[in-house]
Amino acid sequence: MTAVTDRPTVASGGAPLPVSLKQARLPRWAPPVIALVAAGAGCGIGLGAGLDSTIQWGLIAAALFVLGTYVLSAAVEGGRQAKDRLATSMVWTSFLLAVIPLASLLWETVARGIKVLNVYFLSHSMGTLPDALPGGGIYHAIIGTLEQVGLATLIAAPIGLLTAIYLVEYGRGRFAKTVTFFVDVMTGIPSIVAGLFILSVWILILGFGPSGFAGAMALAILMMPVVVRSTEEMLKLVPNELREASLALGVPKWRTILKVVLPTSLGGITTGVMLAIARITGETAPVLLLVWGAKTINNNPFDGAQQSLPLYVFQQWQIGTDAAYDRAWGAALVLIAFVMILNLVARGIARWKAPKTHR
Amino acid sequence: MNSPSSISETPPPPASPAGAAISGKAVRPGDRIFLGFSRGSGIALLVIMAAIAAFLTYRSVLAITGDKADFFTTFDWNATGTEPKFGIAVLAFGTVVSSVVAMVIAVPVAVGIALFISHYAPRKLASPLGYVIDLLAAVPSIVYGLWGALFLVPHLSGLYGWLDDYLGWTGIFSYGGGAARSLFTVGILLAIMILPIVTSVSREVFLQAPKMHEEAALALGATRWEVIRMSVLPFGRSGVISASMLGLGRALGETMAVATVLSPSFLISKSLLDPGGGTFAQNIASKFSEADQFGQDALIASGLVLFVITLLVNGGARLIIARRKEYSGAAA
Repeated sequence: MTAVTDRPTVASGGAPLPVSLKQARLPRWAPPVIALVAAGAGCGIGLGAGLDSTIQWGLIAAALFVLGTYVLSAAVEGGRQAKDRLATSMVWTSFLLAVIPLASLLWETVARGIKVLNVYFLSHSMGTLPDALPGGGIYHAIIGTLEQVGLATLIAAPIGLLTAIYLVEYGRGRFAKTVTFFVDVMTGIPSIVAGLFILSVWILILGFGPSGFAGAMALAILMMPVVVRSTEEMLKLVPNELREASLALGVPKWRTILKVVLPTSLGGITTGVMLAIARITGETAPVLLLVWGAKTINNNPFDGAQQSLPLYVFQQWQIGTDAAYDRAWGAALVLIAFVMILNLVARGIARWKAPKTHR
Repeated sequence: MNSPSSISETPPPPASPAGAAISGKAVRPGDRIFLGFSRGSGIALLVIMAAIAAFLTYRSVLAITGDKADFFTTFDWNATGTEPKFGIAVLAFGTVVSSVVAMVIAVPVAVGIALFISHYAPRKLASPLGYVIDLLAAVPSIVYGLWGALFLVPHLSGLYGWLDDYLGWTGIFSYGGGAARSLFTVGILLAIMILPIVTSVSREVFLQAPKMHEEAALALGATRWEVIRMSVLPFGRSGVISASMLGLGRALGETMAVATVLSPSFLISKSLLDPGGGTFAQNIASKFSEADQFGQDALIASGLVLFVITLLVNGGARLIIARRKEYSGAAA
């Protein structure tokens, strides 16, 4: 596709036409040369005007490049080609523009987080350590996160899976449509609203205290629609012939689903559940409302405040000393690493286990 | 996807030796139990949604009836004490402004990146890039918040000074110096946060644009930009709209990134660059620790408003997607 667009004009070949069908084109070396000139001019103007920010130099150079390409191309190749080149530069610019903050985010987290990351940090809680002092660790937060996310998965995965099975294997008519619509709507519930819901029922009305389980329920609400959507997609990929073959042999429908449909799509379903886990692992707001955070290790998710990794990052940031910032970055790095590894493994499974009929 | 159930209603005859089950109505207990469980889960999902709406409304009514000031127009949040006075005016303003700033920045850039990945990038680069964008969508919001507060905010005062120099006369962009913990900063951070999701959905749509249309345009001598403008963008328009609305839904409900970056106040300042203002979610997170039971009810009331807004935005996005599905299905 793209290779073709580079030469939209038809080569005149050996046609004995007096007028060449070839349009005037900028030579291939033109863009890099313009870029070099623009970069040089940007630096020159920056130095000359005494601008101290190198970012401004870069912006000037970029503007000069876009403008220069447009003007030259308009002069040589005509307006349409110039517009095309302008669009190309804009698309490249927007891409580079977006890469900068995202790369900076990852870089800052890794560079600042690696400073405090060691075995002690991973294996100790904050305990009675004063907030301002360096030291302490995130063991209690890791325990809390694992337990809350684990409980949430135990609640959300079966409900999500069965709902998806209903929608794909049985669902027809208005009820199934309603469920599909509300699953979609549920995907968009802000995490803090899920937290407020559990707060109103579990804590304000039923009178329980904060606990890891309360947080897990809110996380489960956020997780369910994600599991339903991804499982649905996977079940739809299972070829109908497999179902028909099984049913034709007299196998009951429920056994067909359990023994034929689910095993076929198991890889995809695992991926979906893992991506959902990765999503809720980073949720802070419901945990803030329902689990409250603690400085010491609490292994029991059903009783008393617990800590979790994202909440730990937030609370360390609130403390506001250098030592606390370091700990926040360290915990953020662990959190990102955990989420990324889950994502990568999940996508790896998806690729490895993908049904052969997929494309 | 419709054949399995129609087949199961007529069980295969040879399996049953006595011929007793060949009535066509034989329902095995296993089937009935399994159907019950899976339909039950669907019902459970609906019940949860209904419960969310019901309980939030119930607690909100308690809060709003106890409010001594108008809930919608008051510029204050004082939900404790004997004379509770609180209102969502500032929160609604801050939520809308920061989300609009985020959309204005993020959507054009996201469309650019999506086009870059689907039509401009060298093919070897395109699919890893799509992969990386998907990964970035998974970065937890608190990490964005930490980065925003400790890295982005210090780096923005230069830009704000520049905006003040050249656009300060508008009033919207006047900047008094100090830390850039303003609604505009929140908007920029939200834009960065929703970029991956908007990009990822738009890219999917652009990749689905009919190849025949593109090739036809090319064959007529169109440049690459003309191909995109004539065949890709019209096809992808509704997809981009729904992607943006999904991003908007995220921006509206974002809590932690806003809570870390913004320095909140219950004033609406004319300038977007000066610190102050607040959003629904941020207010809930920052006021929660000092709230008593009535204070929590008040926060739930503001949460209900947020819930309704995101519900409308997301519902709208889904309707657009659904319409497009039918449309493209009919065209195919």
